[in-house]
Amino acid sequence: MQRLISLACMMVLGFGSAASAQESDLFPTIPKALYELETPHPDDIRENHMNYLRHDRDATMRLGDRDVEFSLKSCVDCHAVRGPDTSFVTIDNDAYFCKACHVYAAVKIDCFECHNSRPQAIELTGMFGADDMDALNAYLEEISE
Amino acid sequence: MKLPLLKSKNDATDIGRRQFLKSGAAMVTVTLAPGVTVMAYGGAAAAQANPATRWGLLIDVNKCAKDCTACVSACSNENGWQDTGNPATDAQWIRKVELRNPQTGLEQSLAVMCQHCENPPCVDVCPTGASFKRPDGIVLVDKHICIGCRYCMMACPYKARSFIHEPVTDQKPHAPRGKGTVEGCTLCVHRVDEGQQPACVDACNTTGNGAMIFGDLNDPESEIAIQLATYASSAIRSDLGLNPGVRYQNL
Ligand code: SF4
Ligand code: SF4
Repeated sequence: MQRLISLACMMVLGFGSAASAQESDLFPTIPKALYELETPHPDDIRENHMNYLRHDRDATMRLGDRDVEFSLKSCVDCHAVRGPDTSFVTIDNDAYFCKACHVYAAVKIDCFECHNSRPQAIELTGMFGADDMDALNAYLEEISE
Repeated sequence: MKLPLLKSKNDATDIGRRQFLKSGAAMVTVTLAPGVTVMAYGGAAAAQANPATRWGLLIDVNKCAKDCTACVSACSNENGWQDTGNPATDAQWIRKVELRNPQTGLEQSLAVMCQHCENPPCVDVCPTGASFKRPDGIVLVDKHICIGCRYCMMACPYKARSFIHEPVTDQKPHAPRGKGTVEGCTLCVHRVDEGQQPACVDACNTTGNGAMIFGDLNDPESEIAIQLATYASSAIRSDLGLNPGVRYQNL
């Protein structure tokens, strides 16, 4: 029994190598983020994202500390998923990032009853291809003098 | 000011983890063309709410024009609440109130919102601790723990809070709001934390009426404190001893 539980934990938390052979069958398909981090830490985030978010939301909301490490807005901005019509999908869509694991693990998400589940300001990165980046940067350079 | 450059998806790896995950304060937004906004990360971070500060508003009723609702529209746009055609239950973060003195016939019009009381009864009665006052005097609802009991709505003498009856979608990212919780004027806390003033004050200035002043009541150098020290002002229902942060002139 103990083995079964720890195996289940491993699968849910994605302790990669041990279960990687069966990933395609047993693991939810997790959509790719828009950006990559310098030091990816998916295991930590999978296990602890709710605690990090709760800690930092209290700091921001109650104390006005906006220089926190974790914010739901940043999660949403980076883990945005496009639907067939290329616009970003909302939490109502089964392709939504959070749903991949939450549906799999049958854990209800309350966040988006109040928070917007779609990225806002970052919409631009999708509208421009990598080729446009140089032009944009030249413009930014110009106006930032 | 030097703006950080954009990174394309593939060479974004040098955005540090901490820097990237940081929330709004350190973002720079640039409007390139209508509807196109570039957002970049970087720059110095904002400090926490300062307990030495007490944010407040001063509203000059003589300058508040009778048919003007610029502040109400600005608040609605900024924070994403709308009329849904159910006046009995629609959210009202700010409203225009018309007064008429039957003896003299004097008619006045003024904007009323959460008065950000120093001794807020909405905080006293809240059974969960969701209704709270920030160190800088801004009174807010923590919707994560609000159970929607509406005690605070009963306790507030200014009818400043609204209950959300319907599911809400497409909220403003800086103003989360959802069914089953209570809400009210936040004094545009997301703007204040970035060094801006509330949307209503900006809108009032844009109309040219200039009836609202926002500032730190505790800073004797601030315009609001100078005005309060120079001219007579009043608080609505000052008899209640709540010491509101919102003050009125010529009321
Ligand atoms: S005006 Fe009402 S909601 Fe605002 S702080 Fe005072 S009692 Fe609370
Ligand atoms: S409605 Fe929410 S904020 Fe108001 S008293 Fe009840 S729990 Fe507190």
